[in-house]
Amino acid sequence: MASPNLGITEHSHGAGEIPISKLDTHGSFDVNDFPVPNGREEEWRFTPLRRLRGLHDGRDIADGVVKVDVQAPAEVSVETVARDDARLGTSFLPTDRVSALAYQAFTEATVVTVPADTTAAEPVFVRITGVRQGDAYGHVLVHVRRHAAATVVLEYSGTAVYADNVEFVVDDGARLDVVSLQDWERDAVQVSHQYTRVGRDARFRSFVVTLGGDLVRLSPKVGYTGPGGDAELHGLYFTGAGQHHEHRSLIDHNVSNTRSRVEYKGALSGEDAHAVWIGDVIIGEGTQGTDSYEHNRNLVLTDGTRVDSVPNLEIFTGEVEGAGHASASGRLDDIHLFYLQSRGIPADEARRLVIRGFFADLINRIEVPELRERIMAEVEEKLALHE
Amino acid sequence: MTKFEIRGLRADVLIGAEERQEILKGVDLTINSGETHAIMGPNGSGKSTLAYAIAGHPKYEITDGEVLLDGENVLEMSVDERARAGLFLAMQYPVEVPGVSMSNFLRSAVTAVRGEAPKLRAFSKELQQAMGGLSIDPAFAARGVNEGFSGGEKKRHEILQLELLKPKVAILDETDSGLDVDALKVVSEGINRARATGEVGVMLITHYTRILQYVRPDRVHVFAHGQVAESGGPELADVLESEGYERFVKAGASQ
Repeated sequence: MASPNLGITEHSHGAGEIPISKLDTHGSFDVNDFPVPNGREEEWRFTPLRRLRGLHDGRDIADGVVKVDVQAPAEVSVETVARDDARLGTSFLPTDRVSALAYQAFTEATVVTVPADTTAAEPVFVRITGVRQGDAYGHVLVHVRRHAAATVVLEYSGTAVYADNVEFVVDDGARLDVVSLQDWERDAVQVSHQYTRVGRDARFRSFVVTLGGDLVRLSPKVGYTGPGGDAELHGLYFTGAGQHHEHRSLIDHNVSNTRSRVEYKGALSGEDAHAVWIGDVIIGEGTQGTDSYEHNRNLVLTDGTRVDSVPNLEIFTGEVEGAGHASASGRLDDIHLFYLQSRGIPADEARRLVIRGFFADLINRIEVPELRERIMAEVEEKLALHE
Repeated sequence: MTKFEIRGLRADVLIGAEERQEILKGVDLTINSGETHAIMGPNGSGKSTLAYAIAGHPKYEITDGEVLLDGENVLEMSVDERARAGLFLAMQYPVEVPGVSMSNFLRSAVTAVRGEAPKLRAFSKELQQAMGGLSIDPAFAARGVNEGFSGGEKKRHEILQLELLKPKVAILDETDSGLDVDALKVVSEGINRARATGEVGVMLITHYTRILQYVRPDRVHVFAHGQVAESGGPELADVLESEGYERFVKAGASQ
């Protein structure tokens, strides 16, 4: 995933010496190549480092226990492999210290392979459960081979201080739908990187749903290995009192005729609920026909919350099909409420309908019915606290 | 028998925190149940403002006057109370509410307006029938409210709500705009079904006379510069059709 340094002059948004251009990001498997963050770096400035409980400065005592269960249909191969398996770490380079640390520290990896020309009849569930609080590290590789198709559900629950790297490799003409559900206990910490490579005419769709944890920082990164690739990243978070939910997407349109859509939506409720969305899109030099749009919307339900929403679009070519971004954070839309009330629906019921609609809009697009119901039920639980 | 009266109504549009502009400059109008009044006028004359202000849209503030439904001042009611009292507004630009399914929305609205939840089976039958009458594909019931609907689909759904909610007064704000002839016929039939009960007073706001060939008005009012400038029978529409609004636009300019 490392982008070559093309020698583009870095620019900044007035923050001094912090380089903004993602093209200047380097990657390495060596933790020591990344200085310990101090919180002033562009990529760490929104994250409360203290609450990472040592994940960023190399605690690595691995006193936590996380177990991984996989449920998959027969046509999908599932393996647990040692860290020296040659297939691991070939699709990406860690782009920050925690990613490098996780890669250095994991002991076993889960490899899910969908053979060529095969459509998985059922979703693959990868359940990652923290059973003893403490730091723990993981690695998952999902490889969907040529013209294959699958849905993979990553489900994080229990409690841990957890860092992992997930590789999604989608070969030419293949399709991968991912649901990543961050459903941790309230005291869990997670820093995850999801590195995706989208092949020629391949399609990748991700639904990231973050509800739990004390701190969740998730960075989905997408690059393309051939023209015609299509990536849709959908996200949903409900950040409650004291929770920190941070999503940092990076789409690197490094080849021509690729498409991406990023749509992250979240609601915040309660004192010190903090949501961060960083959406980086790079349209590379010499490419043409890129079609990209990213959008973040935050529904602020109470006072005392904080939202940081930063779309970044870097374009190094004149030949772009479409590129845009939008970000909006605010209370419930008066006009939505007006419309429902003008049909006789009382104000508080109208509010309830609109808030549920905000979540249902995305949840309904998840094509795994039992997950839809479960996620909606958990949203209801959090809403009950709010109401 | 219902009497709907607008008396000396003045209203401002709220543009910004400090900025506002008076749009309605003293509107008087009375509509009885069973009657259909067409409100016609040039763009920018305040027709839509009249509709929204009566319904209680947050962007408008009423500064003077009364709106009475059988003697009760609806301006003292909240937006939802107005609807439950029997007021209905079919909007020119119906609002998209993502994630709220049309069927859930309609059932909530019907429950609120009728004062009790309809039986599920009876309601789905009623809904199916009403949708059929407006040539709406039943699949729309599962979609988000107006979400991704075309202009014509939105208008059909406004009339669907008119038929389900059975108001005493229906304000139809440019329901005809953006419809092709076939859609216009379907929508007009829906309006005529509602009118056939004789229990609804209709304020039909339109820029064009086209819809009046399908929905015959009892009275026609020309709206200009925030007021009713002229009133007459259905024949006034024919005069407007041949002469246009020029006369009224000019009259305002010289004021």
